[in-house]
Amino acid sequence: MEANKNTEGSFHLTGGDFTNAGAASSELKSILTNLNISPDIVRRAAIATFEGEMNVIIHAVAGVMYYLITPDCIKVVLNDMGPGIPDIQQAMREGYSTAPDWVREMGWGAGMGLPNMKKNSDEFRIDSVVGEGTTVEVIIKIKEDKTP
Amino acid sequence: MTLGKVTEILEGEVVLNTGDMETEIPSACSTDLMSDLLHFSSRPKSLLITGLNNTQVIRTAEIADIKAVVFVLDKRPDREAVEMARQKGITLIVTRLSRFTACGRLYAGGLGSCTGENR
Repeated sequence: MEANKNTEGSFHLTGGDFTNAGAASSELKSILTNLNISPDIVRRAAIATFEGEMNVIIHAVAGVMYYLITPDCIKVVLNDMGPGIPDIQQAMREGYSTAPDWVREMGWGAGMGLPNMKKNSDEFRIDSVVGEGTTVEVIIKIKEDKTP
Repeated sequence: MTLGKVTEILEGEVVLNTGDMETEIPSACSTDLMSDLLHFSSRPKSLLITGLNNTQVIRTAEIADIKAVVFVLDKRPDREAVEMARQKGITLIVTRLSRFTACGRLYAGGLGSCTGENR
């Protein structure tokens, strides 16, 4: 892979599939590492996408993780067929979670997923329709924006 | 602190050695909440001390750049978790100690927090 070209792809995610949960983010992390992107940026991107992937696995029926890597940034869009989020502001609060107990017993559902995605990205957008699904977009910059 | 020293202090058993036990561990974190690990662990190549032994722990450790995982209370990772750790280069150590005691011993031995908190 060449770092000066765009790289894009997608992963299909299946809700409730905890056996493969995180596999997409793991593969994306390998792709980013192979592109010689700095470990700090790879780590931030991996954490943001992993949290997004887990949200789909935990809450949705299915979803798609799309990624685009350019010389300037990493863009990841997670689009799911899930219950949607009635109150996004509340969902963004650290510690707020609607995950069931059996998910918490596996170590998830601490209410840090969306805040973690925001923390580890340079741009964060979320859009949700109750009964239809949620779309989350994160951008992690590879090169600093030089414009004033 | 080296991984070898960690094992000695915890009277641990190395169930998977993916490299040199002389590898230096810069810091440690202890949690059973995977998102807390992702949120608060700011230093790569750290040590995770946990009471969970499922594959999710290994996957999260990989994403958070964790170098080694200590399982407390003699909780042993299953074959699937060990195989995943082998592929990801994560060393696995089991100790009979509780999480509290394990953390206390490592802290007393000089290992700091992966959150960067002052000792």
